[in-house]
Amino acid sequence: MSKIVILGAGISGHTVARYLNKWVGNQHQIVVVSPNAKWNWIPSNIWVGVGQMTEDDVTFDLAKVYKKTNVDFRQAKALSIHPEGDADSASPFVTIEYTLPSKQGQQEKIAYDYLVNATGPKLNFGATEGLGPDHGHTVSVCTASHAIEANHKLQETVEALRRGETKTLVIGTGHGMCTCQGAAFEYIYNVDHILREAGVRDRARIVWISNEYELGDFGMGGVHITRGGYVTNGKTFAESLMVERGIEWIIRAAVKKVEAGKIHYETLDGTMHELEFDFSMLIPPFAGVGLKAFDKAGEDITANLFLANGFMKVDGDYTARPYAEWSANDWPKTYQNPTYGNMFAVGIAFAPPHLISKPMTSASGTPINPAPPRTGMPSAAMAIAVAKSIRDMLNGSDKPTHTASMAKMGAACVASTGSHLLRGTAATMTVFPVVPDYEKYPEYGRDMNLTFGEIGLAGHWMKSMLHYTFIYQAKMRPGWSLLPD
Amino acid sequence: MTKIANKEPYQQAYYPPAPTGFTRFMRTCVLWQIWRFIVINVKMLKLMANSH
Repeated sequence: MSKIVILGAGISGHTVARYLNKWVGNQHQIVVVSPNAKWNWIPSNIWVGVGQMTEDDVTFDLAKVYKKTNVDFRQAKALSIHPEGDADSASPFVTIEYTLPSKQGQQEKIAYDYLVNATGPKLNFGATEGLGPDHGHTVSVCTASHAIEANHKLQETVEALRRGETKTLVIGTGHGMCTCQGAAFEYIYNVDHILREAGVRDRARIVWISNEYELGDFGMGGVHITRGGYVTNGKTFAESLMVERGIEWIIRAAVKKVEAGKIHYETLDGTMHELEFDFSMLIPPFAGVGLKAFDKAGEDITANLFLANGFMKVDGDYTARPYAEWSANDWPKTYQNPTYGNMFAVGIAFAPPHLISKPMTSASGTPINPAPPRTGMPSAAMAIAVAKSIRDMLNGSDKPTHTASMAKMGAACVASTGSHLLRGTAATMTVFPVVPDYEKYPEYGRDMNLTFGEIGLAGHWMKSMLHYTFIYQAKMRPGWSLLPD
Repeated sequence: MTKIANKEPYQQAYYPPAPTGFTRFMRTCVLWQIWRFIVINVKMLKLMANSH
């Protein structure tokens, strides 16, 4: 019997756990380590952040679900990886520290035969002074509890608007290197929708601020779609949406500091600016969770396993090259660590070889460009590929058998622009592939038959359907494996 | 009578295309959106078939 340890139980970690439990759960031991007691369908947090859903609508207890399976769930955070064991043990192991209240602070070693790092990101609010809900002046929708607080502050703002006050709401990214613009993009439109439903939109100034070079970049270098007889860049549609709703935008901006009611930001031309606000939701930059690694002698080998940003090296090509020489082939395929073949990293935890958007630096040297997105559909696809590879390796294969390169897979994004059964809308976007491949698709880097976008009520229905479907699937209810991931 | 001021050109909001009333109507027209819902589902299934 082999032991597979999965660090993290977010979208990618839980997907690996579900499938391995289904395929090899009776023959092998599966351990899931997550510091969070609850699973969270993060794409719906924006609806918690505007008061249209509750925390219970977007989360469920992991322990309860894993109890029905062969998965051994440990509510704990991973501290370090020892891929060669140590002086006492030849077996590789991880050290964990429990966050479960009854075992809080206790540490334990868990040996493994296969390790999957799906720890997701550290929400690095500390990278920008004054950013974030804990020690700063902005709110966030990155977790369900953050979204509850965001809604609380938003409702206070709505009340003030009802009293006749005027308010400025700023939504976007809180650092020059943020990813996940999509969450902020959805949130700004849902805030706009809420203010319109409350009849107070005319007293609110809503401003978008982001590190994108152009609107609609989303960390993927933008996207072209065929529409109205033209091949048009997504920038046009993103700007159109903003103008239609009376939203202003500031782009090519790195937020450098947030004070109570004031954002200080730098733009690509190197100049500093200030923007006053009454309510602000800014996405933080992501970093690795800070896992350490040690060899058999106890020497720190963290730099061998992880890049400086804390994300784990896998089978990508990390050779530093100029933008013009980047290739779709640089992107990881199997997500296997090159040094330790029994170790994989999926979801946000793996280190991308480079950005997708073109790197940009301000006149004073500040990088201002979105980091590559690797959440949602790509995250689940790579998790399934890794689960299949581990299943096959357990059955005798000497190397990973499945691939899921972001340069060979598509992604669908349904971005809510207002939630209502009949008056709601959402922008539905698909791109194929996520990472442009200019060798295969010389003109736009993507397959124009599979890359499209439109806005409408159907998108809202789609987003609602995905919410209920994915939560049903994640709860491992009957027939879950028949549903698409 | 209030004098109507010229609309300021060359601003951020001056350039992007704005949807016509018909386009806005179609975005929430239930019958049309049921059809688009089917189309979007088919497109997504095609995308997934190409991704796996």
